[in-house]
Amino acid sequence: MPLNRAYIGRRLAPTAPYQVGREKIREFATAIGADDPIHHDPAAARARGYRDVVAPPTFPVVATLSAGEQLRNDPELGMDYSRVVHGDQRFGYTRPVVAGDELVSEVTIEEITERGGHEFITSRIEVTTPAGEPVVTVWNKLVVRGDPADRADKEG
Amino acid sequence: MGLEVGQQLPVRTFQVTRAQLVRYAGASGDFNPIHWNERFARQVGLPGVIAHGMLTMALAGRAVTDWVGAADAVVDFNVRFSRPVPVPDDDRGTEVAFSAVVKEVAEDSAALEITATCEGQKVLSQARAVVRI
Repeated sequence: MPLNRAYIGRRLAPTAPYQVGREKIREFATAIGADDPIHHDPAAARARGYRDVVAPPTFPVVATLSAGEQLRNDPELGMDYSRVVHGDQRFGYTRPVVAGDELVSEVTIEEITERGGHEFITSRIEVTTPAGEPVVTVWNKLVVRGDPADRADKEG
Repeated sequence: MGLEVGQQLPVRTFQVTRAQLVRYAGASGDFNPIHWNERFARQVGLPGVIAHGMLTMALAGRAVTDWVGAADAVVDFNVRFSRPVPVPDDDRGTEVAFSAVVKEVAEDSAALEITATCEGQKVLSQARAVVRI
């Protein structure tokens, strides 16, 4: 089933706020081997001018999980998650994410295209405080791999 | 800080083991079975369990912050996942090596073009970071 082109340009409902926790930042930093004290020690983070520990640069994937689920769980969009491969990812920061932040994500589907039997869906996720102050914008492009039988038809 | 256009930044290599994939799955909330279930990974046409693309990107982020000397320096960060990173089920796992070239330097920022390889093959393309300096 192809992705539903009616979703191109659609802005989805904002997610409930994600509570950025000190322990989650520590856990994530440990998982990727980031041992800089700014990720683990509030005093070190405060010495650098932050309210609390600072998240590593790819941490927003954790805060935007429910935004991604909006796409996966929408039967009208038609995304077969078993065929999805991560294509591109981009983070554009206004400021670092800090423990204590509440982050709201709003997804806009920018583009849905097809090439060589595969489909590509590009989304922009605007991550803000509940008051609407920008924190980071996340873009990703997912590849929905085509069925080899379908691709053979298209190529033949 | 002393970054110059054309400067080649030293290679940073990170080990990736199956145990780390489990830890990263828990930390990130990405429980896709292609990152821990060999049987499932092969069923969907992969050579075996592969690392989360976002873990590879996180390691690139570590290389960037190490080179720049500040863990909060990243302002823009962009990658394309060009090849999966298979992680064998043994104690050694695999290694991903990162290098970079400084493409632009402004008064308070610099742009890096990043290369990431595993087993001699590029696993990221169009990998760029803009950092505050």
